[in-house]
Amino acid sequence: MRIAALLSVVLALVLITTPALAAGVKVAVAANFTEPAKVIAARFKARTGHDATLSFGSSGQFYAQIANGAPFEVFLSADRERPEKAEAEGLAVAGSRFTYAVGRLVLYSKTPGRVDAKGAVLKAGRFNKIAIADPKTAPYGVAAVETMRKLGVYETLAPRLVQGASITQAYQFVDTGAAELGFVALSQVVAVKGGSRWVVPATDHTPIDQQAVLLKTGANSGAARAFMSFLKGPEARAIVRKYGYEVP
Amino acid sequence: MIEARFEGRLGDFTLDVTLSTPASGVTVLFGPSGCGKTTLLRCLAGLTRLSGRLRVGDEVWQEGRAFTPPHRRGVGYVFQDAALFEHLSVRGNLLYGRKRAGLGADAEFDRLVHLLGLEALLERGPGKLSGGERQRVAIGRALLSEPRLLLMDEPLASVDAARKAEVLPYIEALRREARAPVFYVTHDVTEAARVGDRILLMRDGRLVETAERPEPDAAEAGERRWLRERLRRLGAEELAAELAVGGTPLTVAKLAVEALHAERNTNETPENSR
Amino acid sequence: MSSLADIIWLTLKLAGVTTAILLLVATPLAWWLARSRAWWSEVAGALVALPIVLPPTVLGFYLLIALGPNSVLMAPLQAMGVRTLAFTFEGLVIGSVVYSLPFAVQPLRNAFQAIGERPLEAAATLRAAPLDAFLSVAVPLARPGFVVAAVLAFAHTVGEFGVVLMIGGGVPGETEVLSIEIYKLVEAMDWGRAHLIAGGLLAFAFAVLLSLLLFDRRTGRPRP
Repeated sequence: MRIAALLSVVLALVLITTPALAAGVKVAVAANFTEPAKVIAARFKARTGHDATLSFGSSGQFYAQIANGAPFEVFLSADRERPEKAEAEGLAVAGSRFTYAVGRLVLYSKTPGRVDAKGAVLKAGRFNKIAIADPKTAPYGVAAVETMRKLGVYETLAPRLVQGASITQAYQFVDTGAAELGFVALSQVVAVKGGSRWVVPATDHTPIDQQAVLLKTGANSGAARAFMSFLKGPEARAIVRKYGYEVP
Repeated sequence: MIEARFEGRLGDFTLDVTLSTPASGVTVLFGPSGCGKTTLLRCLAGLTRLSGRLRVGDEVWQEGRAFTPPHRRGVGYVFQDAALFEHLSVRGNLLYGRKRAGLGADAEFDRLVHLLGLEALLERGPGKLSGGERQRVAIGRALLSEPRLLLMDEPLASVDAARKAEVLPYIEALRREARAPVFYVTHDVTEAARVGDRILLMRDGRLVETAERPEPDAAEAGERRWLRERLRRLGAEELAAELAVGGTPLTVAKLAVEALHAERNTNETPENSR
Repeated sequence: MSSLADIIWLTLKLAGVTTAILLLVATPLAWWLARSRAWWSEVAGALVALPIVLPPTVLGFYLLIALGPNSVLMAPLQAMGVRTLAFTFEGLVIGSVVYSLPFAVQPLRNAFQAIGERPLEAAATLRAAPLDAFLSVAVPLARPGFVVAAVLAFAHTVGEFGVVLMIGGGVPGETEVLSIEIYKLVEAMDWGRAHLIAGGLLAFAFAVLLSLLLFDRRTGRPRP
């Protein structure tokens, strides 16, 4: 009996003291930011000792979960619309919202020589299918449509559009050759060799601002606030750039 | 003439039979359970295939590698469990084979329906029939398909004593009615005696004895004695004997076995048995 | 963008065509699986059941490749100028047939197995050739299996999401189906409309299931 009591005391002490030493933070991450997020989390742990537990998925799915009480403390969205809405709905800590990465749109084809450096292939139009992310649900899709309108080719190309439910899908259509070319994220092809691409000038479309926000559930968590700070810092920004995004 | 030779193994059972019988009348395949009589019947039908040969009249149904499949033989088979088509009415069942023989609900159909007492049951589903009724439908269905051979596998085995008494007269009538030769499997001595023109006794997959029915006007007691003598000579004590006294079946079992033992030792014939 | 009515019609069309094809394809397959004693029929059975355990997006991904321009299977079609079957109604039908195949085969296989040998032996002795016996005895006796197979295949295809996500592409009139529409509405945070459509889908599925099962009950009597 004495031993049991002693063990309980020891256990309690361990449990009480552990949070102060190294806490965890639950982060919801937009799927397109998966690779850089993992690297950032590793560096975060090395710097602060805190564990960032990452969940990957679509921003819309995360928003729905957060609105229904999911225990995420930080939300890294693929757009700005959802963090704005979270703030407006009182789900996020006011003033914590900031842009952690700016996406760049790329017109890409697996076939070398198909896409020229100026995107004139869109006007010449010799292809069957062109893939984009669904503009209703993904900012890259919206940007793709804006780019096509600016070039005056949207009406002509509309019948040949195939929409992926997410930017990941759009990329899959292009990668498997089902669509000859498509508008994908630079972060998806930054490390891919071969093929042909046109990096769309950022001025051709609404900026694809990917914003992060501290959720109410994480308001009192030192680790959560530390993560948000780290994400704004120079080390994280360098990682973000390395993976094909820009930083404001 | 029907000439058949079958030999082969099914699991751990070996069948080795050569038979030759006239292509008319009722041939009873008689023996204890497991002796191979159903297997032999299935070989005649082509439902089980063992190596051998089979000639029925002037048709060769099996020889060497040649094998006529069951649906081209025209065998009417009455299964032990009737095997009626549950999705068809009694009428549908009766006409199934007949339609495929190119005939329909003609005079012959009416006659057999009447003979088997099935008029009132024609529109019923098989699920609403008693055991005896199901067997009568099964017999009618087989007969109406204009079979070349009629094969009956213990049709009264799953029928109780009272039903048996009801159905047996129909089967006896078959001896007159069936224009095709009949093979009738049973382990019941009463049925064998009443139904068969000849009895083939089987044991352990082999045919061990053939007995011809004595003259038609032999007394019933004479029939019984004839059959018991055959059984005794073969030392077939282990067969439980059911002897009919005045048309009512009686189970003799152990007493009969002892009596048969005693007979063999003393060569005396008891007048009746209990 | 299609109207909601167009999307519903396309979904029903996809489920209907898929179910019809499946009944034709699954019947001989289920019959063979039910009766074959060859050891490799078990291998075939496991292959048929694969879509049950594979995540639909995995299945969809491999379909995307199999129906695409680099696929060996597409070679004959490519000769006729067809680049890919992804993003087409026909491609979705192929995907749905693969995805719902086990849901049609399994009930049919069980139904055929339950019949046993006896009724077919009886039919053979009554002069029915094998195909005749199959159509006049096996199929009617397996009717409950057919009903279940049809209902499951239809309902499963209406609810199909992962596969369509991968090979659909949201082409109006070709691949815009209800399940994707609901997903998109949730993604775009238009939850009100999503509730409405999902609720309608649920009610419809329930009505279809109920009426099919009632129909089967009422016409299940033996026929002459």
